[in-house]
Formats: sequence, structure tokens, C-alpha cells
Amino acid sequence: MNHIVCIAYVPDTETKIRIAAGGVSIDEADVKWIVSPYDEYALEGALQMKEAKGGTVTALTFGPARADTGLRECLARGADDAIRIASEGLGEVDSLGVARLLAGAIKALPHDVVWMGNKGVGTDAQVLVPMLAELLDLPHVNLVTKLEWKDGAVLAYREIEGAREIVEMPLPGVIGATKGLNEPRYASLKGIMAAKKKAIAVKTPADAGVDPVTVAGEAAHVRWTKLELPPARQAVKLVPGDDPAKAATELLRLLRDEAKVL
Amino acid sequence: MSFSGVDFLGIEDMLSEDERAVRDLVRAFVDEDVLPIIEECAYEGRFPVELVPKMAAMNLFGSTISEYGLPGLNSVAYGLMAQELERGDSGLRSFVSVQSSLVMYPIYTYGSKEQKDRWIPALARGESIGCFGLTEPDFGSNPAGMRTVAKRDGNDWILNGAKSWITNGSIADVALVWAKVGDVNGPVRGFLVERGMKGFTAPEHRMKMSLRASVTSQLVFEDVRVPAASVLPGVEGLKGPLSCLTQARYGISWGGLGSAMATYTCALDYAKSRKQFKDRPIASHQLVQAKFAFMITEITKGQLLALRLGRMRDAGTMKPEHVSMVKRNNVWVARECAKLAREILGANGIVGEYPVFRHLANIESVFTYEGTHDIHTLVLGQAVTGIPSYNPPME
Ligand SMILES: Cc1cc2nc3c(=O)[nH]c(=O)nc-3n(C[C@H](O)[C@H](O)[C@H](O)COP(=O)(O)OP(=O)(O)OC[C@H]3O[C@@H](n4cnc5c(N)ncnc54)[C@H](O)[C@@H]3O)c2cc1C
Ligand SMILES: Cc1cc2nc3c(=O)[nH]c(=O)nc-3n(C[C@H](O)[C@H](O)[C@H](O)COP(=O)(O)OP(=O)(O)OC[C@H]3O[C@@H](n4cnc5c(N)ncnc54)[C@H](O)[C@@H]3O)c2cc1C
Repeated sequence: MNHIVCIAYVPDTETKIRIAAGGVSIDEADVKWIVSPYDEYALEGALQMKEAKGGTVTALTFGPARADTGLRECLARGADDAIRIASEGLGEVDSLGVARLLAGAIKALPHDVVWMGNKGVGTDAQVLVPMLAELLDLPHVNLVTKLEWKDGAVLAYREIEGAREIVEMPLPGVIGATKGLNEPRYASLKGIMAAKKKAIAVKTPADAGVDPVTVAGEAAHVRWTKLELPPARQAVKLVPGDDPAKAATELLRLLRDEAKVL
Repeated sequence: MSFSGVDFLGIEDMLSEDERAVRDLVRAFVDEDVLPIIEECAYEGRFPVELVPKMAAMNLFGSTISEYGLPGLNSVAYGLMAQELERGDSGLRSFVSVQSSLVMYPIYTYGSKEQKDRWIPALARGESIGCFGLTEPDFGSNPAGMRTVAKRDGNDWILNGAKSWITNGSIADVALVWAKVGDVNGPVRGFLVERGMKGFTAPEHRMKMSLRASVTSQLVFEDVRVPAASVLPGVEGLKGPLSCLTQARYGISWGGLGSAMATYTCALDYAKSRKQFKDRPIASHQLVQAKFAFMITEITKGQLLALRLGRMRDAGTMKPEHVSMVKRNNVWVARECAKLAREILGANGIVGEYPVFRHLANIESVFTYEGTHDIHTLVLGQAVTGIPSYNPPME
């Protein structure tokens, strides 16, 4: 089977986010970039499947040159090939634009399973999985925590409110992985050395069959108009505990009158 | 919280992409798998054996070897790996140093094809653990005086004597034991002694206050019969063990920086949030800042030394006295940083909620093993004056 894993190279979840001048993007200075943790579950799922049944794993991303480091990490973990659709010069592209670019690239590749994380960290839009499936005219199953493979199909387990849902999806199809699906492996040193020798194929939007003016800038359906940091947390209010009865009364008063949670 | 490195002078720019990738991989492993458990391991006096399969899967054992499907790292990548491991714990780095530089390296360099085929893959996969027995109860800095002796008996050797302070001793499947052949005046040879051989025991050293997350044992040999095929054929004389120590010391040169980075960053974070006097962070006080100025300067100097040494090692120009300089300096840096960090943490500097005291205690072992600080001083003294002030065993 041929697996395509779409990865996003995103700010580390521990990054202290600052808003850039202009107020519509984050300041990228000093940001540490990582492969999105949800995409790591997707990659691990594909690698395990390849190890069990053979086939190839291709890591695919849409992003700037720095994302090559993320693709190299995927190669070091065991992906066979890596493709980057270059985002340089495009400006802001919304989720649908990204889905169109990824779909365009995937159509040109043999694919039995297309994998991605159920969301990227950072923007958390959670729309790429269905969008991509729709554009590829494939079924999809999202928020998958367990998989069982059958002939030409897959049983996907999803945790839903108060229950577990089991969905059978014929292949080819798109799988949205989430936490719980597996424990992503570390790369190996051997993998790192081997990845060094592999080339990352860099493609243009045109290579993916997409005219940049139809996805970027004014063509984007969703645009960021303003970014704001959450309000700074207020200092902790300590209720003196010398007299427990008094402290309890005071705590209740604060919860009712000030915090207004009672 | 993941570690973001200590790099005052932009040394990052002097590293290749794969060197950084190796470092980042080991860094993530230390942050995610080592730091959450290591304080507890040290407190209990337990080596975290459960990490061995993971380290093996990442190829951390024998990583500079390129045969046997091993990654063939260059020296700087290997050094950065040691740095990150020791940022976790000196005991963990010791384990990897012993397995790689003191067991796999000599088997790979001096072993027969059969010895290599048998041990290198098993040690790389972590299915076998190795140890290196050179030090004896009466001979530490001067291993030339060793009294462990192997006498020929038909096709076998009969081994008698004792080794002490042996890292991994009682968890090892194979011990590379250095012994004199014939009698105490004979040449030194390396013997691969296996766990379970009759007459071979490995009692642990008790009440260790340093390197507690590492196993340290004696090795006792009472008429242990070792087949002739277990002798390393490729080397005779002290050159054998000393060449291994040069490799291991090279790794320690970087390891010391990892320990220093751990204590420095911990103290820096602490000092920025701890407030004393007029609600000011202690980081704002001049005396505290002086400590940080010292630490960051020494760490940075140490990084440059280690990096230069690594490039020389790959170019084939590194000599044992070069390694002596950097092992001596960088372990000293770690020791000073641990001390200063502990001061900055005040009372919190003595508890296991912070990594500082563990590093402070650990570094005392590192200061002493692989050639004590003072012995390396003498090596350097001899290197520059041409006059040996003692009777050093030379590689
Ligand atoms: C935790 C731990 C793990 C270890 N692991 C191993 C291992 O895996 N394998 C192994 O073989 N060994 C191991 N060792 C042993 C280590 O290498 C020795 O402890 C070290 O070589 C010093 O020897 P010693 O302890 O006998 O000290 P000594 O040699 O007795 O030295 C005591 C002091 O005298 C000083 N001194 C000695 N000679 C001179 C001189 N001529 N001039 C000036 N000063 C001098 C030394 O610098 C030192 O300060 C380990 C030690 C420790 C603590
Ligand atoms: C085992 C133990 C037993 C103890 N027993 C007792 C006890 O019985 N009773 C008791 O009352 N206390 C006790 N203490 C507490 C001890 O007195 C304090 O730890 C000590 O006063 C230091 O305070 P601190 O730990 O809060 O460090 P901090 O005051 O936070 O100091 C941290 C660091 O900042 C430095 N620093 C602080 N202010 C400045 C400044 N203005 N300029 C430059 N540097 C500065 C300090 O020198 C130190 O290096 C004990 C401590 C320990 C470790």
C-alpha cells in the first residue's frame, strides 16, 4: 500500500507566542518549529502499516523552506520520500487553499491511504481532513484512535461523547489521526544519517495544478483580521487559613460575589 | 518543559544539519523519557534499565561505528549525543560511554571476526550489556600496577584477581577485563569474560553517594576458566585500555557541558522567578549575576574546546593530551556550575525537586574517573614541558 502523510511544521506547543507588528500574524523570531504532534500519530500509523504490509510512505507538506527540517525528521523516522509544495511568496493561504494544494499534489501520486493529524497545533481549524477527502473524492474518517485493517477497507475506532464508534471505510481513503492512536517512535541515528542522503522534492503550486492567484491573498475565503493574546492571568488570591470556619465563609463569599461562579 | 539549549556565541552555526538533528533527537528523548524518572531513580539508587531498548532502537550504542548496520556518526554528532545524555544524568551517559567506547570500540577495533560478529550486534541492540574492567582496589590512577593475572592452561586461560569501581559490572553480560598474562610482569591483554562463568562474581559497591542512577561493582575472579578465543587478538599492552579511555574521555568532554547546561539553566530559571528583598528577583542582584556571568563564559569556552576537539578527532589529528585538556576543563566547568547553581537555589538547592544536587553529586565521580583531574594536569604538564613528573602509562 502507498501511504501519503500530510504534515504541518508548526510552532512548538511550548513557544511563547508574540504577535507581530500589524497584528494579524505571529512573530516568527525565536519560534521553535516542530512537526505537529497530531501529524506524528499519522506518520506513525503509516509507518506501522508499511512495516506490517509493505509499501511506501511519502511525507507531504505545504510550507516554506524551514519545513524541510520537518520533512527530514519524517524521513529519519522511516518515510521513503518527502515532497514540499513551496509556500514562498504566496502570502496568506486559508485551509481550503491548503487542501487544494495538497490534493493537487496527492492526485499525481499513487495513494491507498492519505493520513493527517485531525488538526494542526496553532490554528486548530480542524477542517483539512474533510476538505482534502472531498477534493480527492475519497471517503474519510476523522479523530481515529484505533485501526484494524481488512482487505480493501479499514475499521476505524473513534471516541465520541459517551461511546465508541466503529466505522468501516473502504480504501483508498483519508484518515485523520489523533492522540491515542499510537505512540510515535523516535527517529534513529541511522535514520538521520540515511535521511541526509535523500532528496526532498520541492514543487510549486503550479506543479500541484493550482494557480496561486486562486488560493492566496484576496482569493482566500478565510482571512485573519486580528490576533490578540489572551488577557494576562490575575494574581492568585490567597484566603488566610488560620481560622477554618472564617476561611470557608470568606471563600464562599468570593466565589459568589467576585468570581460569580455560585 | 523542553530544553532549548545554551548557545551564547552562536555555536549552532558551526554545526551541520545532521549534527543538529542528532542532538535534537537525543534532547527530546532526555526531556520526554529521562527527566520525568531520573530523580526517582537516583534517589532509589537504580539504573533505569527500562530505557535500554529505547536507546538501542535509536542506535545510541556504538553510534560511531559504520559497519554492522550502525549509523557511523561523526565525532561532533557523537559528542552532542553525550552532552544531551549527561544533561539528563551522568549515570545514563556513563552507561552509553561504557557500552560504546569501552566495550564495543575495543571489540570492534581489536576483536576477531567471531568476537565482533557475536558481540557487536548484541551490544548494539542492547540485548547484551557490557562493562570494562581496568581499575583495581589498589590501582586506580596507575593501572600499570594491576595484579589481575591470566595463566595459560591448555587451550584456556585461568583468571585470578579483582577489579573495582566497574560501571555496569553486575548487570553486564560481558566484561572486558584487562589482565596481565603469565604473571604480574607480563603484558596486559583484554579478556571477554561472560556472566555466569564459574568463579566470576560481581558484587555491587554499596552506599554510593554519587552516580546513583548507575550500577558500579567489583569484579572478582577466582580461577575463572576463559577460552583462548575470548582474548582480544589485536592488542597487547596498556595501549589497549588507554586507547579506549581516550575515546570515552572524548565523550565526557561533551558530557560535562551537558551537566553544566542543566545546572546553569535550572539556576537561571530559578533566579528569575525567586524574589528576595524588595520583591526583586534574585537574578537582579549583582552577586547572583556574577555567578551567571562566570557560568555562561565557562560553558561557552568549553563548547568551543569540545567542538574543536571533535573536528580534530575526525581529521585524525587529535592526540591523547588534547583530550586530557578538554576532559579536565569541561568536567571542572560542570563541577563549578553545579556548585554555583546550588548556591543560587538556596535551600532548594539541596532537594531532589530540582536536578542540581544530583548533578553536583554525580560530577564528583566524573571528576575522578577516566583519569582524575589531577592526573590530566600531569599529562598536560608533560605535554608542554616534555618532562614526565610522574610515571605515566602512555598510549
Ligand atoms: C562511579 C565510578 C565509576 C567507575 N567506573 C569505572 C569503570 O567502568 N571501569 C574502570 O576500570 N574504572 C572505573 N572507575 C574507576 C576510576 O577510573 C578510578 O576511580 C580513577 O582512575 C582513580 O583511581 P582511584 O579511585 O584508585 O584513585 P587514586 O588513583 O588512588 O587517586 C587518589 C588521588 O590521588 C591523586 N594521585 C594519584 N597519583 C598521583 C600522582 N602521581 N600525582 C598527583 N596526584 C596523584 C589522584 O589524582 C586522586 O586525587 C570508576 C570510578 C567511579 C567513582
Ligand atoms: C537543611 C536546612 C535546614 C534549615 N533549617 C532551618 C531552621 O531550622 N530554621 C529556619 O528558620 N530556617 C532554616 N533553614 C533555612 C535557611 O536559613 C535558608 O535556606 C537560608 O536563609 C537561605 O534562604 P533561601 O533558601 O530562601 O534562599 P534565598 O534567600 O532565596 O537565596 C537564594 C540565593 O540568592 C542569594 N541572594 C538573596 N538575596 C540576595 C541579595 N540581595 N544579593 C545577592 N544575593 C542574594 C542567596 O545568597 C542565595 O544564593 C534551613 C535550610 C536548610 C537547607
